[in-house]
Amino acid sequence: MQPTFTSSRILLPVRPWFIYLTLVAALLLNFLPTAHWPGMPDWVALVLCFWSVREFRRVGMGWAFILGLLMDVADGSVLGQHGFAYVLLAFASASLSRRLLWFPLLQQALQVLPLLLLTQAIQMLMRLAVGASFPGWGYFVGPVIASLLWIPLTFVLLLPQFRPVEQNPDRPI
Amino acid sequence: MAGFDHAPPPFFKRGPAPLALLTFYTLLSLAVFVVDLRFRSLDLLRQSVALLVDPVQRVAQTPGSLVDYARNYLEGIRSLQRENDELRHAKLSSAPDLLRLGQLEAENGRLRELLVVKERENAKGQVAQILYTARDPFSRKVIVDKGQHSGIVAGQPAIDESGVVGQVTRIFPFSSEITLITDKDQAVPVQIVRTGQRSVVFGLDNGQLELRYMPANADVQVGDLLVTSGLDSVYLQGYPVAKVINVERESAYSFARISCAPVAGVENFGEVMILDPRQPLPPPPPEAKARGSEDSNKPGAGKKKQRKAKGN
Repeated sequence: MQPTFTSSRILLPVRPWFIYLTLVAALLLNFLPTAHWPGMPDWVALVLCFWSVREFRRVGMGWAFILGLLMDVADGSVLGQHGFAYVLLAFASASLSRRLLWFPLLQQALQVLPLLLLTQAIQMLMRLAVGASFPGWGYFVGPVIASLLWIPLTFVLLLPQFRPVEQNPDRPI
Repeated sequence: MAGFDHAPPPFFKRGPAPLALLTFYTLLSLAVFVVDLRFRSLDLLRQSVALLVDPVQRVAQTPGSLVDYARNYLEGIRSLQRENDELRHAKLSSAPDLLRLGQLEAENGRLRELLVVKERENAKGQVAQILYTARDPFSRKVIVDKGQHSGIVAGQPAIDESGVVGQVTRIFPFSSEITLITDKDQAVPVQIVRTGQRSVVFGLDNGQLELRYMPANADVQVGDLLVTSGLDSVYLQGYPVAKVINVERESAYSFARISCAPVAGVENFGEVMILDPRQPLPPPPPEAKARGSEDSNKPGAGKKKQRKAKGN
């Protein structure tokens, strides 16, 4: 695979344990006390979206559902709220994946933004439908910042897959 | 031609189609959502997942609590001494009332016995440390470090040193969830100290409370103290709940808009006291039995009781 389809750089195959490690790290980031700060992104949604775009054969809706369940229990929200939004996010990013990777990173971030906003909006609508009150527009700042983080995140999460620049000419790959 | 196998080679086997998976998982999560919200029957699932998540969450909270600990440690002896002096002073100034409390309670008990009135319940409880605030932006809940293994049950009220904080709504093996009185779904039956009028105070999601269904000409003033009326099976009588901070009387509405601020440090971190559950109320009179007897021990039962209490 390549960083983007237009790039001529070929990546090493991803290691499955690294995907799971990053998802757990995202959960841990969401559990930090900083999660209450205004504009903090939903790390799990962001990392899940990234892997669903990149490796939709490995990270799919099943993972999204389980992560959503964990987030619901940790948040004290209604069970199934995160699960529903994450499943839709995983499906949408997987189906967009073939198109998304043709764009440069900045434009990828622009296309990820509506997905993340939708994830947040679905959760809000689910809770509003059962009688919660509007949490304020600050609720939607998180996805905007998360989509800006798409660019550094791509570099960080693809780091183990980059091959060294100087290569041994005797080795095939 | 015989012998051709028309099944696709294993190379193309990729499990169910994405749309089928999507339908399955969305329906599953919607079902879980509705069941959890309406029937509350998934508590066992929640508790078992919590057993997995809880250690991770405590690890995630460690940096924050370490910073707090370091700040406390470095705060210096001077401020500690000042605080100590203030506390000693406060203790001394409340001593005249407190020292006679035991005698007053005893006297009250004897008088109640003479009047053949039911005995006043004693308040007991256990101190719990607030671990963290739940991340859900749609509700106001905190997680404390006492759970099933300390004998906490859902429905117990929680107070701090100045007033009512909330009510235990969910219990986990080693922690429990307290819904604050400022949560939108939380209602506390109260009594205005100055006039003795009973009402119910509801949480607003902005950290304040609202005294609803009071007529526009009701005798409520800014600064009035609301204490629990004890007319439910949850809160004992007399704990401060809130102070009236604003009264709007518009002739267009039949009710006054009365907003209150909680007396307790509801949104602050610290320690809370979880009071033991109240003794069960005496059985309702026979004609009301049909309505009142079905859910007397559930945590959400407070509301129905409060509605009834309001009519008095």
